[in-house]
Amino acid sequence: MQWLPSDEQSQLADALRRFIQRDYGFEQRRALAAAEGFSPKAWATLTELGITALLVPEAHGGLNASVQDGLQALQALAPALPLEPVLASSLLATRLLAASEASAAAQTWLPRMARGRAIATPAVFEAGEGFDAGHPGTTATRHADGWRLDGAKALVLQAQFADVLLVSARIDDAAVAWFAVSAGAPGVSLRPYALLDGQRAADVTLAGVHLAADARIDTAGHGGALLEDLRALWLAALCAEGVGLLQATLDATVAYLNTRRQFGQPIGRLQVLQHRAVDMWLEIEQARSMALLAADASTRVDERHGACLLAAAKARVGQACRFVSQQAVQLHGGMGMTDEMQVSHWFKRLTVIELWLGDSDTHLQQVARGLIAA
Amino acid sequence: MDIDLAPEHAAFRTEVRAFLAAALPAQIRRKMLCGSRLEKEDLAGWQRILHAHGWGAPNWSQDYGGTGWSPVQQVLFDEECARAGAPPQLPFGLKMLAPVLMRFGSEAQRRTLLPDIASGAAWWCQGYSEPGSGSDLASLKTRALRDGDDYIVTGQKTWTTLGQYADWIFCLVRTDVTAKPQQGISFLLIDMRSPGITVRPIITLDGEHEVNEIWFDAVRVPVVNRVGEENQGWTVAKYLLGHERSGIAGVGIVKRDMARLKDIVARADAGGRRLRADALFAVRVAQLEIDLLALEATQLRMLQHAGPPGPESSMLKVLGSELQQRLSELLMHAAGERALPFGLAVGAAGAPATLHQEDQLLGAQYANRRKLSIFGGSNEIQKNILARALGL
Repeated sequence: MQWLPSDEQSQLADALRRFIQRDYGFEQRRALAAAEGFSPKAWATLTELGITALLVPEAHGGLNASVQDGLQALQALAPALPLEPVLASSLLATRLLAASEASAAAQTWLPRMARGRAIATPAVFEAGEGFDAGHPGTTATRHADGWRLDGAKALVLQAQFADVLLVSARIDDAAVAWFAVSAGAPGVSLRPYALLDGQRAADVTLAGVHLAADARIDTAGHGGALLEDLRALWLAALCAEGVGLLQATLDATVAYLNTRRQFGQPIGRLQVLQHRAVDMWLEIEQARSMALLAADASTRVDERHGACLLAAAKARVGQACRFVSQQAVQLHGGMGMTDEMQVSHWFKRLTVIELWLGDSDTHLQQVARGLIAA
Repeated sequence: MDIDLAPEHAAFRTEVRAFLAAALPAQIRRKMLCGSRLEKEDLAGWQRILHAHGWGAPNWSQDYGGTGWSPVQQVLFDEECARAGAPPQLPFGLKMLAPVLMRFGSEAQRRTLLPDIASGAAWWCQGYSEPGSGSDLASLKTRALRDGDDYIVTGQKTWTTLGQYADWIFCLVRTDVTAKPQQGISFLLIDMRSPGITVRPIITLDGEHEVNEIWFDAVRVPVVNRVGEENQGWTVAKYLLGHERSGIAGVGIVKRDMARLKDIVARADAGGRRLRADALFAVRVAQLEIDLLALEATQLRMLQHAGPPGPESSMLKVLGSELQQRLSELLMHAAGERALPFGLAVGAAGAPATLHQEDQLLGAQYANRRKLSIFGGSNEIQKNILARALGL
């Protein structure tokens, strides 16, 4: 277990913090969220900093860094609430393609993604089915020169900016397979929207989308394993990002308590508020420990132990997200309710993290079932 | 759910487990695992066994006859001992006084006192709290008046854990009533056989005699028994409070209790069947498991930081005490009404003879564990310390 960041991880985190300070301040991000929801300039800078190449294998022009490196970068970026697809493309889609390196999709897209020239995003959720279903309603049917995709995906992150969607679908033997679908392909239509936290997503309809035979990503028929790995990495990423946001939220709250004066003194002198801030800190330190365990477990999720650790981590981090975000708004008083305070934006992202891929109660019950089975 | 240890730590843990399996007397183990009362000889005898193996002082450097273990090794040792059902080593001499003597004591104090602490030959207790000085320790009033080569000590200490067995007590006393509260305090070592000392039991809500009041009526204490300079006792006391790091989280105790909880759930009787069918109970157990994992990982993570412990001691104290309390609560609820008979005599050997008798101890244990968030600096005091560390 690596409990402390490596020198390289610290250096990249520092560089990302400088980027936030210079190019991605709260007001810049707020304006961006109200407008197009994506900054080509910021994406170019993130590319220069190596974020898009981080997890891409060397053979495809990447830096071949570890999952832990990617998660530490995501954690450092978290307070900026990036609207660009760092999570969806540079972590999740990149790992998915890298796990099928021999596929035509990986050969085509990974080098472009590494250079920041292409964006990919996983399309897995379905209305009514959710993420966990190993039996997606979306179907892929074989025909003479390839595949035909039919179905609908929901909550596809940054789909409106993506060049390629990585779509999970059921094939004839009921197994899960993965397909690279160009965003502009005939039969693909998007219904874009913003999420509670301002980042963009879309519902995607796939109506008779024709794909070439080599569009299938899981060339070795390991689509089920890819789904498991994707879910594990996503959980670990939510935990890592959550910790970065939680710390920023606490720091801002402490600063506010020391600044805001009532009854002739900073309200941070009041013991009830001091202890509340300490309770937030205690939650965060536990979440930080669990996020590190999750990062470690995400690379060996095939073991039942790993899956249980991930559920435990998501439950604990999610509980911290809920408590800390609620208390941060409370301790900011009326100001915490306003759109002009950054804490209200962190509150919304922390809420999204708590709900995404199953809320704390869902994961708590999964741990409970695991204990009974043990 | 377990955390992977580094190979050298895993090997160390294996060594500790093997030792415990061979050396821990079955009768002591049985009492510990059931939560029965331990006699003085149970605690002293176990310390002698550890000392004979060279492990009498796990937190000391080898220069003083300790094991020279790293902080991680110390934590793993405490944890394995607790899981196996070994009695806790008394912290008063080993973990509280000894580091103070190493830092502030005279050569003669170190030479004469440390060996008896490691071997268990001398039983120490702590004289800090007074009836009017709990969280506000610096307001203490026990007086020490200089009279030639002696101090004459008069006053009262309280909450003295296992003081009824003690050979020695280390005390904070007031040597200057005119200075500011923190600046008129000295740190004295007092022989409990001195004329003028009276020990009175305090019976706690679980019916046990664990703590005492100690009265000092013109007790003569040689000046050479002072540790550090006169009126510098507060510095010594703060050093002591800031140096108790290992074992503070009680991870091993929680793991032992968790195993016991699962034993109760696994029983073939109606009680076990009821618990296994209770989805809410399963979720409560899962939450405790998760919080235990978070505590254990947080403790390991914080041990990576070099240097003296800072606010993390307060953090681990709050988290660990609350977790132990929640577990004792769930254990009692698992036993239900069976936990309610109180103060019954247990089996002849001092340990329960039946499962039913084991369950009867859980109500008293639940009551006893409420102390954890009060002693050693109440959790509210710990949060005051943490708030300052946050910059509030």
